[in-house]
Amino acid sequence: MSSFVSYLINGISLGSVYAIIALGYTMVYGIAKMLNFAHGDVIMVGGYAALTMMTVSGAHPLVAILVAVLVCTTLGITIERVAYRPLRGAASPLAVLITAIGVSYLLQNLALLIFGANTKSFQSVVTIPAVKLADGAINITGETIVTIVACIVIMLGLTTFIKKTKAGQAMLAVSEDKGAAQLMGINVNGTIALTFAIGSALAAIAGVLLCSAYPSLTPYTGAMPGIKAFVAAVFGGIGSITGAMIGGILLGVIEILGKAYISSQMADAIVFAVLIIVLLVKPTGLLGKQIQEKV
Amino acid sequence: MKKFGKAVSILACAAMTASLVAAPVAAEGTFKIGGIGPMTGGAAVYGQAVMNAAQLAVDEINAAGGVNGAELEFNAQDDEHDAEKSVNAYNTLKDWGMQMLLGTVTSAPCIAVEAEAMNDNMFLLTPSGSAVECISGDNAFRVCFSDPNQGTASAQYIGENKLATKVAAIYDSSDVYSSGIFATFQAEAANQGLEIVAAEAFTADSKTDFSVQLQKAKDAGAELVFLPIYYTEASLILQQAAGMDFAPIFFGCDGLDGLLAVEGFDTSLAEGVMLLTPFAADAEDELTQTFVANYKEQFGDTPNQFAADAYDGIYAIKAALEKAGATPDMDASEICDLMKVAMTEITMDGLTGSGITWSADGEPTKAPKAVVITDGAYKAM
Repeated sequence: MSSFVSYLINGISLGSVYAIIALGYTMVYGIAKMLNFAHGDVIMVGGYAALTMMTVSGAHPLVAILVAVLVCTTLGITIERVAYRPLRGAASPLAVLITAIGVSYLLQNLALLIFGANTKSFQSVVTIPAVKLADGAINITGETIVTIVACIVIMLGLTTFIKKTKAGQAMLAVSEDKGAAQLMGINVNGTIALTFAIGSALAAIAGVLLCSAYPSLTPYTGAMPGIKAFVAAVFGGIGSITGAMIGGILLGVIEILGKAYISSQMADAIVFAVLIIVLLVKPTGLLGKQIQEKV
Repeated sequence: MKKFGKAVSILACAAMTASLVAAPVAAEGTFKIGGIGPMTGGAAVYGQAVMNAAQLAVDEINAAGGVNGAELEFNAQDDEHDAEKSVNAYNTLKDWGMQMLLGTVTSAPCIAVEAEAMNDNMFLLTPSGSAVECISGDNAFRVCFSDPNQGTASAQYIGENKLATKVAAIYDSSDVYSSGIFATFQAEAANQGLEIVAAEAFTADSKTDFSVQLQKAKDAGAELVFLPIYYTEASLILQQAAGMDFAPIFFGCDGLDGLLAVEGFDTSLAEGVMLLTPFAADAEDELTQTFVANYKEQFGDTPNQFAADAYDGIYAIKAALEKAGATPDMDASEICDLMKVAMTEITMDGLTGSGITWSADGEPTKAPKAVVITDGAYKAM
């Protein structure tokens, strides 16, 4: 029983990281209708930014996180401005998808050039001690607690932002109909840039949390969590913020429990099999909306 | 030994072609030994160690009067741990007149080069190419343990030294090196009375979260966790195990060599980790001490096991050349035919073992040594 609880908590923690990353995917998809495959690599950049701040300038972890957020936000806006916006009017939506893959490789190789291929051990930003329950049989690390709390706070914050602020309402409008939103006087390009900024800021936080929980950093650190988070976003219903959250956490829990009770070799196969089943039954994902094309 | 450890063996082949014209007698000409390995790129640390130590051995031998009255000449080429570049380097060395190859250092390139060397009947001695296929031809030998051999040796070491009876293993099922070692470990564990209470895998796509594997090992009551993996993942496992208050003996193979060099890694977590490696730089014997002192003086660095493998490799070539009575005027193929026989007849005391012998299939026989990490450094056990 105590191991089950441990597995569950680890699963929720891993899932929370997926969820924070998935938010970036789902917001960008919902509003700009594009898949930003470079999102996973922005996480890695966030990790390196924080690590460099802490090791080179000896900054306080909170300062390091702030710098990482600033770096990633700037990076996100720049990528959007340089690589995606010029292609928004392109005849084929494939063009921007391929560009995103290009940006992903560009970021990985730049990191390889700047930081080298050697693994760097990340110094955790979390200082709260581990919590022991049930006479030490269940051990919850500080990183786990912070990750789960951060995930909940971010989700609540984001939902409030979209519901209560003008910029959030503008995002909703753009996601429903870009053309109509523009006619209503909404700055579509500005709104999309803001979406990228928020998504990239979240990626920086996810990067720091991911590296604190699993303290190794290489130029490829973001790639696999990025793909899993993308799966989580599709799983929960791409375009839906609550869906990304639920999708991410479920994915993490299924992955850990699959590893624990079925086979540690088959963990990824199980995760993706569940995805296929969900999509067969509910093609828009758990919380995805069925959008009807009106003629 | 590691996945990139396999390309360096070509260094040794070049010394023998020198003087078809000039020298009917042994005293003239040089044996040309070629060397191939990654001296740049991600596996550079292995290639550089091999080339440095090989040159050191060659210089020592020449200073002491050479082999059969002739000097050795060593020519090192870079392959960047790339199979294609490795074959190119092999061809460059052949043009130079290589008679024997010490290399390649890393496995994947070594397999490619061995295919060429087998066709040419070129003698190949890889210091560190540990994949079984690295020495597929009868022209090829190796200094290090093969991957399967490491698994067997680990199980024997744990069993004979009674380190534990309940053992868990965490291995990478998507990597040949790791799963190869695990398979033979599992087979030998049964003979040693070891009970494998948890055998947990991970893959290249999910190698950051080890909480489940560790939890299962902990719940199963494992006293020792066997880690036939590379140091990057091992550093994560050690950190996560510490986070969950799980402190068994951790035991690994040569892939863990490098653990202490992970940037930013808290080496106190590695305290007590044991690894099976043929070489410990702090061993007390005179041979090791002299080698380490000379290496440090020349290259400013403590030699690792790759350096020791290469040093032994050059001395094995020397011993075999003397046994065979080879002369520098012979061509590569003639020398190879002599060496095939001579290698199986020599017995060598080297840095990586004493009384080392070779079988005709090219595998060395030597007792494995284990080192334990104490106060942030490797200590012989």
